[in-house]
Amino acid sequence: MHEVGIMLEAVRLAEESARAQGGGRICALSLRVGALSGAVPEALRFAFEAVAAGTLAEGATLTIEAVPARWWCAACAAEFASDDPLAACPRCQAWSGDLRGGRELELSTLELS
Amino acid sequence: MKIGAHPHHEHDHNHGHHDHAHHGHGHAPELATPGTTVSVQRSLLEKNDRLAERNRGFFRAKKLLVLNVLSSPGSGKTTLLRQTALGLRGRLRLGVIVGDLATDNDAARLREASIPVVQITTGTVCHLDADMVARAVQQLDLDALDVLVIENVGNLVCPADYDLGEALRVVLLSVTEGEDKPLKYPPVFHSANVALVTKTDLAEATGFDRKTALANVRRVSHHAQVFELSARTGAGMEAWLDYLVHAQAAVR
Repeated sequence: MHEVGIMLEAVRLAEESARAQGGGRICALSLRVGALSGAVPEALRFAFEAVAAGTLAEGATLTIEAVPARWWCAACAAEFASDDPLAACPRCQAWSGDLRGGRELELSTLELS
Repeated sequence: MKIGAHPHHEHDHNHGHHDHAHHGHGHAPELATPGTTVSVQRSLLEKNDRLAERNRGFFRAKKLLVLNVLSSPGSGKTTLLRQTALGLRGRLRLGVIVGDLATDNDAARLREASIPVVQITTGTVCHLDADMVARAVQQLDLDALDVLVIENVGNLVCPADYDLGEALRVVLLSVTEGEDKPLKYPPVFHSANVALVTKTDLAEATGFDRKTALANVRRVSHHAQVFELSARTGAGMEAWLDYLVHAQAAVR
């Protein structure tokens, strides 16, 4: 995954929001990262430090909410949770491939000073 | 791309599931006073997705069938595209945008077969993105084409994440790569509309387990149409070419 590019976009969106709210410094950023988004939280943190320098987001607290992956099993007509990309339904062992959640990669909230 | 570990940047995060980065390592001072909370709720991949949708709309208006061809390096993408273009002569006009880090060798090979082609050299970028494609198409006379094939950078990881605005995503698996590639690289294979097993003429020489390979392809590339072919010998090419003729008719 391209954590540097992702965090550049996160900082850009954050600054855009901050400016729209009057240009204050950004105290905190909160991300939602799905288990199957392909992004690695530690790499996102490392990238954030590098790209936030010199921006309104410099020094901000970064919170990453890990969103678990959810699948739909058509045979059981029910959802199940699994972070394995080839997850099998725990009830019937069928592989569904129908991912309902877990690919999120978003900037959810900001805290401005 | 995973950034290499730098020991002095190791943060001890023993805070359970919701880790908080504490920047008290001699960096800028932590801002302690919270103020307004703003709900943003924006995807961090939106930029490429938006450009890809713009490409998609543009291609549709031009009635162009666009393919994004992905595989590991050496699976036979360029040879396949060369033989596909030649095989479609008289039926469909095919143009190519090819991406590599360096050299224009692939473009030269295709140009030799009189195929309209643009080479993108990315330098160090490991995948093509919608912006690169949007700029490259400006160098092609799209009105003289029925099919545009984007030959992505040889890489089974990164290109999977970047929508280019294509109508069909084609993923190659050559018999020389073994049977378990789809299991090892689920995202790219799962995103495939078409899975092509290539170099079938070498299957016996490499001891390729066709049954297992196809089972793995079907398991991960759930909805993909599967073709087995050899661009070199021509085996299986007709079915693939017919498929493209039908697919292009659908966008006309």
